[in-house]
Amino acid sequence: MVTSEMPAEVGTKGRAQRPKRRSGGRGRDSALAVLTPVVLLLVWELLVRVDAVDARFFPAPSAIFEQMLTMMSSGELWDHTVASLRRLFIGFWLGLVPALLLGVVMGLSRSLRAAISPLVSGTYPIPKSALLPLILLIFGLGEMSKIVMVAIGVFYPVVLNTMAGVLQIQPMYYDVAKNFGARRWQVFRTVALPGAMPSIMTGVELGAGLGLILIAIAEMVGANSGLGFMIWNAWELYSVETMYVGLLVIALIGYGLALLLGQVARIVTPWQAQR
Amino acid sequence: MAGTAVTGKRVPIDSTDIGRNTVGAETAAVAPTKRQDTDVKVAVRAVAKRFDTRSGTVTALDELTLDIPRGQFFMIVGPSGCGKTTLLRILAGLEDPTTGEVEVGTATEGRPENSMIFQGDSIFPWMTVWDNASYGLRMRGVPSGKIREVVGHYLDKTGLTAFRDSYPHQLSGGMRQRVSIARAFANDPDVLLMDEPFSALDEQNKTLLQSELLRIWDETRKTVVFITHSVDEAVTLGDRIMVMTSRPGNAKAFVEVPFERPRDVLELRHRPEYGDIVYDIWQQLRDEVERSQQAQAAAPARRGRFGLRRGGR
Ligand SMILES: Nc1ncnc2c1ncn2[C@@H]1O[C@H](COP(=O)(O)OP(=O)(O)O)[C@@H](O)[C@H]1O
Ligand SMILES: [Mg+2]
Repeated sequence: MVTSEMPAEVGTKGRAQRPKRRSGGRGRDSALAVLTPVVLLLVWELLVRVDAVDARFFPAPSAIFEQMLTMMSSGELWDHTVASLRRLFIGFWLGLVPALLLGVVMGLSRSLRAAISPLVSGTYPIPKSALLPLILLIFGLGEMSKIVMVAIGVFYPVVLNTMAGVLQIQPMYYDVAKNFGARRWQVFRTVALPGAMPSIMTGVELGAGLGLILIAIAEMVGANSGLGFMIWNAWELYSVETMYVGLLVIALIGYGLALLLGQVARIVTPWQAQR
Repeated sequence: MAGTAVTGKRVPIDSTDIGRNTVGAETAAVAPTKRQDTDVKVAVRAVAKRFDTRSGTVTALDELTLDIPRGQFFMIVGPSGCGKTTLLRILAGLEDPTTGEVEVGTATEGRPENSMIFQGDSIFPWMTVWDNASYGLRMRGVPSGKIREVVGHYLDKTGLTAFRDSYPHQLSGGMRQRVSIARAFANDPDVLLMDEPFSALDEQNKTLLQSELLRIWDETRKTVVFITHSVDEAVTLGDRIMVMTSRPGNAKAFVEVPFERPRDVLELRHRPEYGDIVYDIWQQLRDEVERSQQAQAAAPARRGRFGLRRGGR
């Protein structure tokens, strides 16, 4: 019935055009992103070869890759990486789930927010790494202390961002839900959660990054496996190449996490204009 | 019933109370009711609403009384800030009156009492067009086959079928407003409440949506309470128009619109009576708009003294 004026109205908003133009720019961006590190590595290698930098502190990239291959074939690198990833994974969920629930509840209920908010924002500024001795004391040297450290790192950014996300939802949307007969659980599922989702994903990304930092620190002190332990052990053995291998793998994990979470964000917030 | 001094309540209409024709107005600009409506759907009895704010008490509505017959397309015009939205929110049950009462005729079995089209952008940005339009039905647990049928029908009527999987940010303002209309109609309420649904649209889109709205409404002839600040819109769409005073809001006049149904939105504007009615309403409004402007001119001084700003709607 109104189809005749539809194309004009849609045309002004350009549904298909914008992403196309963006992806062209994105291709060039990612080419640049690969090029810069490659050039940097080449320069580094060159500087070591001509003895311009001290190879005891900055071993040549080729030496680092050689060490990496050795450690990979012996299975050592694999074992440490799996140990760290496992703690990261379990700790991530252990921190995420309560943070999500608490964050939404604090966003929705004024009195709960008043009750819990001082507790959360009061402990938030404590550097999480400073909690390590206490956590080791409570949970011992086993797996649990490492997992708890990751969980703490994930918990704070997620709970705070979730609460903020719920709070910034326009009150009108709650009125709409009420007017259209949504019950409590339905309001949670159709308004509070999706409305806060972009902010929640920001919190999750921050939390995952913090979790990665904390797992490395925790493994240096209280573990005999994991990438953190591997780096610390390399320092004690004065195996500088191994230290760099550890740093490289951690960096790769961080990068992979960011990619993965970006993908997850696209899936759970499909309404957001592509970033 | 008249004696029950229940305050701040919404109660179902007592069937013995039907047919009272309340006119809380000084003048009725055009001849009295031509149609013999006896079935009152919405009755507002001496409803007052006061808001306590930091800079004092704001009386948004002042003992407003009116009856809206079943099936009437009822329009409300008034200067901004006169309490139109407040009245609609009270009718929707989103707000309670401070004193007085609202009676709404019992809804037909299995139907929601009312659905509101909110002022401004109110469709959920995180839902597709389809999920937005089916929202009310999904919340009520209507079987999915029925949802497909009803929502499909209204998306078709609003020209949105091709955009069922689009998100609001991919749509123009006019199309988003269509989603809002589809959402309310698909919910199949007894009473439709609309708060300036077209005020953000350009003139062409507005005219287009007005005639679409009338076409969809003609299928069901539900009771509609429609707020607008456009006198033209009021005359184009309505059966009866309430002109409101500036704050504190009350009924200044009720105007009957004599045009037959179904109407042709454009043709209507050619008729000599159209201009007469628009002129009549403008006469009623002029004093009120001036008065509300004077009140606003006086306001900055008060705001300055307390250093406060009140967030109006
Ligand atoms: N929740 C509220 N708190 C305080 N004042 C309010 C609130 N809602 C509305 N008001 C005031 O009541 C008056 C009427 O508002 P409203 O009904 O939105 O007017 P309209 O829709 O006619 O423009 C305004 O002065 C407004 O500032
Ligand atoms: Mg309003």
